[in-house]
Amino acid sequence: MRMLEGKEVSAILGLRLNHGHPVPFLFTKAEDLKDWVADEANRYPLTKILIRIAKKHPEEVIGIVVRGCEERSLVELLKNFQLHKEKVKAIGIVCGQELANRCRCDRPFPSQVEEGELAKPVEEFSDIDEIEKLPEEERFHFWMRQFGKCIKCYGCRNICPACFCPTCTLEDPNLIKPGGMPPEIPIFHLHKAYHMADRCIDCGLCEEACPMGIPVRRLYRKLKKSVKDLFGYIPGEKEEEKGPLEFLGDGTYELPGTGR
Amino acid sequence: MKYETILTTCTYCGCGCGLLLEVLDGQVVGTLPLKDHAINQGGLCIKGWNAHEFIYDEGRLKKPLLRKDGFLNDVSWEQAFEEVATHLKKIKEENGPDSIAGLTSARCTNEENYVFQKWMRAVIGTNNVDHCARL
Repeated sequence: MRMLEGKEVSAILGLRLNHGHPVPFLFTKAEDLKDWVADEANRYPLTKILIRIAKKHPEEVIGIVVRGCEERSLVELLKNFQLHKEKVKAIGIVCGQELANRCRCDRPFPSQVEEGELAKPVEEFSDIDEIEKLPEEERFHFWMRQFGKCIKCYGCRNICPACFCPTCTLEDPNLIKPGGMPPEIPIFHLHKAYHMADRCIDCGLCEEACPMGIPVRRLYRKLKKSVKDLFGYIPGEKEEEKGPLEFLGDGTYELPGTGR
Repeated sequence: MKYETILTTCTYCGCGCGLLLEVLDGQVVGTLPLKDHAINQGGLCIKGWNAHEFIYDEGRLKKPLLRKDGFLNDVSWEQAFEEVATHLKKIKEENGPDSIAGLTSARCTNEENYVFQKWMRAVIGTNNVDHCARL
């Protein structure tokens, strides 16, 4: 509220209670902030919404209420030049332990927090372990069965706070004929997974948005783990660090550990 | 600078998924699923995700049209209602209510479809009511 009154920011993006539902809203007046809610159960892709607002109003400095995952997505968006650092003011909020447990979140708080107690990080990878234990053929069948449920709503892409390309490969008219069928399984999912490999900040919004209950987050978590093991890189952590798949390099880059 | 999300119901089918229309400076720019809606619980299908797209479509019908001498012309709602009422009345008087059938739409809400069938039965006096999803 101080930020708005002091004109430090011209608006704050957060959630507002509307007919009993917490929904995204851009607060431009300090008195409107009385309707602000930090609802635990309803997470929206606020950082992605901010891109749209910031593109239309590039001069304005906008505040945004961020949880741990949202701050990580903000880092990815800044890193990939989707937002200007000096035009965004992050206002950190904590997640409760219950939400952290449900999300299996290993960092349920942003780097700077206004108030509140930090929840304990949850390191839980039983979902990946379970899959890794299966023989290759069974694993393949598991995923094909899951992908087979897909109705191609593109919801996982639409809601993803780290997806921002103006022309998505999954809809590029040069690759996919407009008016025809979307890409087949498993290409559809694997393609997105590959694109997200060094960008996924593991917020789990994709899985929450899937109307068919496909465990897409599990796929991205596995990839995230592989990227960490291979390159020692964790998306959403350091703003100055480029993703390993983002640059071509000069050929001198060597994989850490056993590598080549 | 104004951004808000408007709570509404998807009009594409009878499921009635809850969605949010994203309004930036008075223009509808996107759709989000309503996370805490009892029906869709944060999910949407491809039609729902693009529910805002027809709003500014050039082909969107915004006024009633009346065909005269083979051409469709814009008319006022008053005139359109007058025309419909006169013709329906005439048909009903000459050939009886069962010579009229009503076809309603999947793009209407449950409540609108209820009102429509009620109107067909109580005002026109026929059970000839059907729905485009069954055609």
